[in-house]
Amino acid sequence: MKRLDKLTLADLCRGAAFLGTGGGGDPYIGRLMVEQAMDEGCHVDIMSLDELPDDCLVIPTAMMGAPTVLIEKLPRGDEAVRSLQTLERHLGRKAFATMPIEVGGINSTMPLVVGARLGLPIVDGDGMGRAFPELQMETFAVYGVSGTPMVVTNEYGDSALITTRDNKMMEWIARGVTIRMGGAAYIAEYSMSGADAKRTSVPGTMSLAVQIGRTIREARESNQDPFDALLTLLPTTPYSFGKIIFQGKVVDLKRETRNGFALGESLIEGLDPWRGQMHLSFQNEHLIARIDGVVQAIVPDLICVLDSETAEPITTETMRYGQRVKIMAVAVPPIMRTPEALALFGPQAFGLDEPFTPIETIG
Amino acid sequence: MRIGIDVGGTNTDAVLMDGQTVVSWHKTPTTADVSGGIEAVLGAVMADAEVSPDQITAVMIGTTHFTNAVVERERLLEVAVLRLGLPATTALMPFADWPADLKARLGGHTYLLHGGVELDGRPISPLDPDEIRKAAADIKSKGLKTAAVTSVFSPVDPGMEDEVAAILRAEVPGLHVTLSREIGRIGFIERENATIMNACLVELAARVVRSFENALKALDIKAPFFISQNDGTLMDADYVARYPVLTFASGPTNSMRGAAFLSGVKEAMVVDIGGTTSDVGMLRQGFPRESSVAVDIGGVRTNFRMPDVLAIGLGGGSRVRDDGARVGPDSVGFALTEDALVFGGETLTTTDIIVAKGSADIGDPAKVAQLDPDLVTRTIGTWHQMVDTAVDRMKTSAEALPVILVGGGAVLITEALPAASEVIHPPHATVANAIGAAIAQVGGVTDRVFSLEGLSRDDALAMAKDEATRKAVEAGADPQSIEIVDIEEVPLAYLPSSATRIRVKAVGDLTISGA
Repeated sequence: MKRLDKLTLADLCRGAAFLGTGGGGDPYIGRLMVEQAMDEGCHVDIMSLDELPDDCLVIPTAMMGAPTVLIEKLPRGDEAVRSLQTLERHLGRKAFATMPIEVGGINSTMPLVVGARLGLPIVDGDGMGRAFPELQMETFAVYGVSGTPMVVTNEYGDSALITTRDNKMMEWIARGVTIRMGGAAYIAEYSMSGADAKRTSVPGTMSLAVQIGRTIREARESNQDPFDALLTLLPTTPYSFGKIIFQGKVVDLKRETRNGFALGESLIEGLDPWRGQMHLSFQNEHLIARIDGVVQAIVPDLICVLDSETAEPITTETMRYGQRVKIMAVAVPPIMRTPEALALFGPQAFGLDEPFTPIETIG
Repeated sequence: MRIGIDVGGTNTDAVLMDGQTVVSWHKTPTTADVSGGIEAVLGAVMADAEVSPDQITAVMIGTTHFTNAVVERERLLEVAVLRLGLPATTALMPFADWPADLKARLGGHTYLLHGGVELDGRPISPLDPDEIRKAAADIKSKGLKTAAVTSVFSPVDPGMEDEVAAILRAEVPGLHVTLSREIGRIGFIERENATIMNACLVELAARVVRSFENALKALDIKAPFFISQNDGTLMDADYVARYPVLTFASGPTNSMRGAAFLSGVKEAMVVDIGGTTSDVGMLRQGFPRESSVAVDIGGVRTNFRMPDVLAIGLGGGSRVRDDGARVGPDSVGFALTEDALVFGGETLTTTDIIVAKGSADIGDPAKVAQLDPDLVTRTIGTWHQMVDTAVDRMKTSAEALPVILVGGGAVLITEALPAASEVIHPPHATVANAIGAAIAQVGGVTDRVFSLEGLSRDDALAMAKDEATRKAVEAGADPQSIEIVDIEEVPLAYLPSSATRIRVKAVGDLTISGA
């Protein structure tokens, strides 16, 4: 088990923003919530999947909804804790650990708040290996874990216990509840045994987020090119391949919050030596990057928009006209690219016509 | 002809410009009342050029006064912080990520109240007038003069902030109220932070603007005067008195644009050495590189668009200690001409050291003639290393870039910097800030709701851009020079027709008749 300090937490948040591929929400708010818990004497302990007893109960926790809502409507603070406790009561069993369903963005930090407040370890792994907009888009779901029973809670302590026939229906109903709750709510779901967590998680992603965040920070501190440093790091991880697919200036942005999602498109005008315009589409996260209609990277591979100088990850809600950015695409691990996985979170799951093409085979 | 003025913590500078030409310039110590220094420096530049008041067509003032007040934690009011959002938002209290000393200085008076709206405009909870009146009574009993009101999603629906302001003004006569939606955009923590900082500055702002007016009146200058704001554009005096926080980054913006203008170099690092601090930033294509996300001011996170600048505690008035091993971060400030050794004072400052070295002629060199040459060499080494480290930190690549030195303290840099490909001392470098103010641009903003019923988004954007451009031209911008610098959309899901709030800012060079 590893105890997190504030510097490592900051690295984790930076790495989580990178893995968020433009979505998942800025982890800043989550980081402050964790720091507040640390200042009050709570500990954040990260446990590797190997250390987890097979027969224990793991209850993942998360924020659900649009990041554009979260940055404006701060939570009360104990919503996710209440969701976990309500689920414990329903199951008649106490959780041994909590874990992220989503390492990308703020949901890397929500289980840290819950773990710190309740004294539970947080498992080093997650169910997305990045950020995704919908709850069934989980490796947990791909490999047979039921998302329900699930609990959604708001700032009033209003909660809904949801049981559904499948995970897609869970997403549909929970999304409706979240919209009624103002577009952001806090959940506990995918309760499972330690053995199932080992079998269905993308392993080690919390540690990976720390590594990515640390690499960017250390490169900056030593005036090295953070992009080179990242491209050197990636082949040593399960995310085995990365490349810069564009560099330019943000010239147009279109976004709306609809059905509980932040939807939109952005246009990047190439800066020397890059020519033309890159067109990015997002549903909370970046889904596809095209130049003149030709696909340059496609979900579930990561499409990361980074400040072109500092490599600071830029989320879709903080993207602004005039920003100078580099776009980096990264291959996801094999567990996320099987036919079953692509059926749940490949291009067709987002209504795209283009087939999945691994980033290492494009261009 | 126009005059650019920079009111810094230590010096007040002015330049008289005719088109692109610097006709005359002058530098004088900033006075405690501000207006004395402005009067002196204005009188000097006009006398040097033999120009009469009626030949002046515009006066542009840049000031770091408000930023300095926050950085120095001085001249700030205690603030009543009202937040509307219960039962949400308590996960992070107001001042959550603030430096403890600044939070303490502002008193930490927080009032968490019911209110706020959801994204779709429904109330999170209704306002509770009794709760607000109770807060008002407490504010009154504590004698607080200023309040910051931030309501969840007020950029979508400002109604609750307005209601609270009305109650506060009725219950606490004379209370200054700053509303968050007038200060910032979506992003609760950053907007609340900026609102609080604005509120703590309103008294100082009113005083400073009055001293600007008095100084111009004393010299019989009837030309309009403007104050430069964060993005390098100009705003009028009433606006500054209400929103001083919008001037926060004008210092670095002015000095960097001034440095680009004076040197003709567009890709470089700029080091602006003032009396108390030095600002280090990067020029890209002649404009300051903006920070991509949040910017800290005095240790507080905001979401203004600002140049990415690193401030270090080195200036012409910095105190020298530990036998030259330590320089700054404190400075004698505007007392330089009384406290420094070369002016007969008793405090060893960086100015004394550089005069002793023989690299500057300030005050009476005889008064520092006896300083130990080793001390002089050691101290100069210390501050060169400070600047070099700062330049190195702000560079975004390992490649060496030219370093342009500006500001009154630029004379401190006499040697090469390892992080620089070359060190440039442009002419008039000591008044780069005032020149940046004089060449500042004017902006036009449109900020309104467009119904997208029967109107495409592209058409709505084009209309907004046209409106902003027209407003910039009305404010005096040269139509040829206008650029759209900011576009922001907030979709309003709660309105029956598909509607979106669009904010567009256009800026251009000021055209001045006769200039």
